[in-house]
Amino acid sequence: MAHHEPGHSDCLLEVRGLTKVFGELRANDHIDLEIKSSEIHALLGENGAGKSTLVKMLFGSLEPTSGQIFWKGNPVTIGSPGQARGFGIGMVFQHFSLFEALTVAENIALSMDDDVSIENISEQAAVLSREYGLPLDPNAHVADLSVGERQRIEIVRTLLQNPELIILDEPTSVLTPQEADRLFETLEKIRSEGRSVLYISHRLEEVQRICDRATVLRHGKLTGDCDPRAETPASLARMMVGSEVKSVSNTGGKVTDEVLIEARGLSAPARTPFAVALKDIDLTVRGGEIIGIAGVAGNGQSELFDVLSGEELVDNPGDINICGKDAGRLGISARRLLGAGFVPEERHGHAAVSSMTLSENMVLARHRSDAAEFLTGGPLKVIRHDVVRQASERIIKEMDVRMSGEDPDASSLSGGNLQKFIVGRELDRKPSVIVVNQPTWGVDAGAASRIRQALIDLANAGSAVVVISQDLDEIFEVATSIAVINEGRLSAAEPAENMTLERIGLLMGGIHGEDTPVEETRMEAAHAH
Amino acid sequence: MRIELERRPGHSAFFSVVSPFIALGLTIIAGAIMFTALDKNPIDALFSFFIEPLTEVWSLHELAIKAAPLILIAVGLSVCFRSNNWNIGAEGQFILGGVVGSIVPIMFHQWDSWLVLPVMLIMGMAGGAAYAAIPALLKTRFNTNEILSSLMLVYVAQLFLDWIVRGPWRNPEGFNFPESREFDVEAILPELLPASGRADLAIIFAVIATLLTWFMMRYMLRGFEVSVLGQSARAGRFAGFSANKMVFFAFLFSGALAGLAGISEVSGSIEQLQPVISPGYGFTAIIVAFLGRLNPLGIFAAGLILALTYLGGEAAQISIGLPDKIARVFQGLLLFFVLACDTLIHYRVRLKFASHAELAGEGA
Repeated sequence: MAHHEPGHSDCLLEVRGLTKVFGELRANDHIDLEIKSSEIHALLGENGAGKSTLVKMLFGSLEPTSGQIFWKGNPVTIGSPGQARGFGIGMVFQHFSLFEALTVAENIALSMDDDVSIENISEQAAVLSREYGLPLDPNAHVADLSVGERQRIEIVRTLLQNPELIILDEPTSVLTPQEADRLFETLEKIRSEGRSVLYISHRLEEVQRICDRATVLRHGKLTGDCDPRAETPASLARMMVGSEVKSVSNTGGKVTDEVLIEARGLSAPARTPFAVALKDIDLTVRGGEIIGIAGVAGNGQSELFDVLSGEELVDNPGDINICGKDAGRLGISARRLLGAGFVPEERHGHAAVSSMTLSENMVLARHRSDAAEFLTGGPLKVIRHDVVRQASERIIKEMDVRMSGEDPDASSLSGGNLQKFIVGRELDRKPSVIVVNQPTWGVDAGAASRIRQALIDLANAGSAVVVISQDLDEIFEVATSIAVINEGRLSAAEPAENMTLERIGLLMGGIHGEDTPVEETRMEAAHAH
Repeated sequence: MRIELERRPGHSAFFSVVSPFIALGLTIIAGAIMFTALDKNPIDALFSFFIEPLTEVWSLHELAIKAAPLILIAVGLSVCFRSNNWNIGAEGQFILGGVVGSIVPIMFHQWDSWLVLPVMLIMGMAGGAAYAAIPALLKTRFNTNEILSSLMLVYVAQLFLDWIVRGPWRNPEGFNFPESREFDVEAILPELLPASGRADLAIIFAVIATLLTWFMMRYMLRGFEVSVLGQSARAGRFAGFSANKMVFFAFLFSGALAGLAGISEVSGSIEQLQPVISPGYGFTAIIVAFLGRLNPLGIFAAGLILALTYLGGEAAQISIGLPDKIARVFQGLLLFFVLACDTLIHYRVRLKFASHAELAGEGA
């Protein structure tokens, strides 16, 4: 790490010891960062590494707990996005803030601080978009534009304010490769004018291709400050995912020959502009196996969960097979009847209805699979509240769910306790297959280990378990084999003991070298993909 | 400066229960102010508006006649609203129920049988449900906003009724009045206690619909499905419930009850088709549904209160010499205060003073 005097003159933006604490969590812990003029600077890190927190502090939407920001050598406080723009910092967000019913020029006019006529703005925007190779029709309605074009509006909007530093948050996550190429040309043009870019990404290949310098974060701490071109993808990945050696806890359950859940050549188109298309996914899980699916958020995890659970159907019934039955056209209730259980990522409003009691949430997931027990009155389907209550008390006891009052609303439970209930609700049925998305997201350590243990126990009892998680520690702790999802593609699952953090990091960064050992991957990485 | 509604962290259970009563109180206060402004003694005016109609047996019968359609429609709407489907077109479904139910007594008036009435009622429900199916279909197929489509269909229904009564269904012995043939006795909904007043079976239908809907919402899986999908479509999908099927269920259910209300009104009170058969029951029922907190039992009570405003409006014409539009004013005030009270239970109002630069910054 280079040591400069604070406020070194050739730095456009300099950050010293920036810290942000949310309650117990140190989202940013003494971060140092230096961005020079005419530099494309990468901010690399996994989800939850603290990239967004850092950027929000730089753009004035979060106040640092401690630390100092220098702008052109002078200590400054950035109190609001308006102030950040005043200094000359512009930001292009990952999710756009555009009014679909308005035209491009009108949208741009809305973000301008001064009153400028629409004609004037269209003219300026047209000039800028020509100059920077961002073709854009100022009179087009946003609703008719593609995601790439919408991003151009945001970039042009930012450029119109003539910033010296432009922050781009995961700009290529929504772009096609061709659109991304065009974006890179624009960025190089911006750099050639003496402006700087802070480029947030987790894609190693892109960072190596266009960035002059990279700052790497992990768990809120600075883990690297380097020239990405001088590094290998593997060494960058190591900084990103950490290099501590994890002991793999293979629990010695017997893997049976029976395939309990299988996806064959499963593809699904993206449903919204921000969704990810699933491409040709193959997944086979036998009884006793726990497959961990690693990956950075937004690479198709929730889409994969939705098609496996049956919340979204696929066209071809044979693409998904559960317990020997083709299930691609079966809904979630029918898949539950085949013996599958599901735990989605979002607790509130997906796995549970917040304003309903725990026993009502019991009915939510099990009204069909436990119809014989829970319902009476034949076609009237009267809910037997007493039986449901007993079942939910059984789960509360089994999973050690802590709560106040009898049968409280789901919203009154802490995240960890609600998650224990939600996982327990499925485990109580002794499912042959369980698919869990982010089993311990935002859950305290005690609850997390309780949940992980329960999943391991279920596999040892002969069930097939699919764990989708961004937490690599978790994956190494529970999984018997590991696959990585990236941009809607799933790598082939490999036994956990053969997987290294380095290799996972490479796969997460979009470097596909399925059959090449790590050493070769290093050599090929620059050309791969 | 701007005004912001900020969500309260928790809301008071006490105020949730008493809010309809606070709204009622505020409505009466606002009414007193209005009467004073019109140079009427507010006490006398409120007395003749709200109390007098309750002092005579025959006017209690009238109350039941007005309350029955309101309750029937509002109970149906409560299911619709709870499932997060916004059927604003009950007025149209009411009218279509009246028209379709009248096919038998008008076009097949020679048919004398005890079956006439049950057939009329069933056809009335079918007519209302079929008309409600249109916005449901548009919503599920084309993602159309059901508030707009159901509301616009009200005007279609009103004009259709107007046309059919003046045109093909005009009474051939009716001296060219825009009215249909008068119904035969088999086609008329029997009165409950003919000795003391006009109230007919419609209020019994309202009681039955209230109890059955209450049972469904409280004890049956179907009611649970309505609540789940209304609160979180995503959780509903996780439970294996179909949001599209729920749109149809909610619209058909509320449409059928509105249709039943329509044919009951035509068959029981009017006894023929006229160019206008509803004093806005379908819209007033929306107020009833919310005043009753979307709970069928609460709706029954709220239906009686709103029915009173109709009677009060009539009384206001006779005893205090004000137009019956005053009933509309009271209904509007009541809805306004109910919604305002509910909003203030969940949100607090905050005035924000911010500089121009900050506003621009937050807008990014």
